[in-house]
Amino acid sequence: MVASGNLEVLLERVLPDAACEVNIATPLSGFDETWKAVVTEFVEQASPGGLLISINDGGARPDTVYLRLIQGSALMEEK
Amino acid sequence: MMEDAATSRQASWFQATARQRVEGLLDPNSFTEFLPPSERVRSPHLQLFDLPSAFDDGVVIGRGALDGKPVLVAAQEGQFMGGTFAEVSGAKLVGLLRATRDHKELPQTVLLLLDSGGVRLQEANAGELAVAELMRAIVQARCAGVAVIALVGGKAGAFGGAGLTTATCSRVIISEQGRIGVSGPEVIETNKGLEEFDSQDKALVWSTDGGKNRRLIGGADAFAEDSMQGFRAATKSLMAKAPAFNLETMQAEHERLAARQERLGACDDAVSMWRVLGIKEPEAIRDMDSKSFGVLANSIKEANHDAR
Repeated sequence: MVASGNLEVLLERVLPDAACEVNIATPLSGFDETWKAVVTEFVEQASPGGLLISINDGGARPDTVYLRLIQGSALMEEK
Repeated sequence: MMEDAATSRQASWFQATARQRVEGLLDPNSFTEFLPPSERVRSPHLQLFDLPSAFDDGVVIGRGALDGKPVLVAAQEGQFMGGTFAEVSGAKLVGLLRATRDHKELPQTVLLLLDSGGVRLQEANAGELAVAELMRAIVQARCAGVAVIALVGGKAGAFGGAGLTTATCSRVIISEQGRIGVSGPEVIETNKGLEEFDSQDKALVWSTDGGKNRRLIGGADAFAEDSMQGFRAATKSLMAKAPAFNLETMQAEHERLAARQERLGACDDAVSMWRVLGIKEPEAIRDMDSKSFGVLANSIKEANHDAR
């Protein structure tokens, strides 16, 4: 798990290799396109096959979310 | 877990997250978490307020080893909702203490890494109950021979219920950045006025609630440098000699507190208390480094006692 003050990302290797699921809980509405862009960019960069990713957002900036996703998937690679 | 620099023995305790502190404090790879984030034991209340929840509700609990000795650990995440006491986070703390009270096969030393402004207002009733249950569980665990050590050095300090909790522990370790109090500075100012306590006067706030004053007037038993190693060394030295908890201990504590009130009650700030305690240059305390301060604090009679 990687956390910032306003963001928590939980990564679990529980899915088939060709699948990746990202669940986002956020109190802010109206940012669907931004979330889609961040997740799409992350999936292209990191190829996070097999990962179930759960996000608790408290208003984190998109670049912070992206950075934490990249850091998290790198940590999962090491294990 | 996290990048190594944040959990190295030299890393700052103040800057670290709850998880980093647990990793930096304990022996490498010795920690096993109870109810980890993957269990998703979350607050059932926060979503009613459209607030983000956390997969661990801001409290990390588990078992591990420090210097080869088994310990139970609980760490509050001060950056999640202010490290507050609430239904789930409180139940995790209470459950840990009750478990060690009732099961002798569990480690009989509990380290509480407090970092909290008090009760979570969105779950106020559950939070107040959690504080009361935690204090009771600590006292019962101590009666059963368990050593409960509080470590205070996080950004939220230990205020409200966390401040009360420190007073029920066997031992308290604090760093310069650590603060212990019941009402926080803003609360005192709001209720009693600016003349009573100016919460914007950082020097006043830190000299009153901060680690150096708490150590000198006997509110903490050990002063730790702000690092994983600092807290590790202080914990190691106190783990070996947690005091008995019985009627004599309580009577000695009451006598100590009465004597403190008599000796320091008329002082109107920390520096004047330090002067009464026999410190020759009390103004120099604020800028003193941790090592020199630790030596000085150990030489002050008021700060060393077996009570509490």
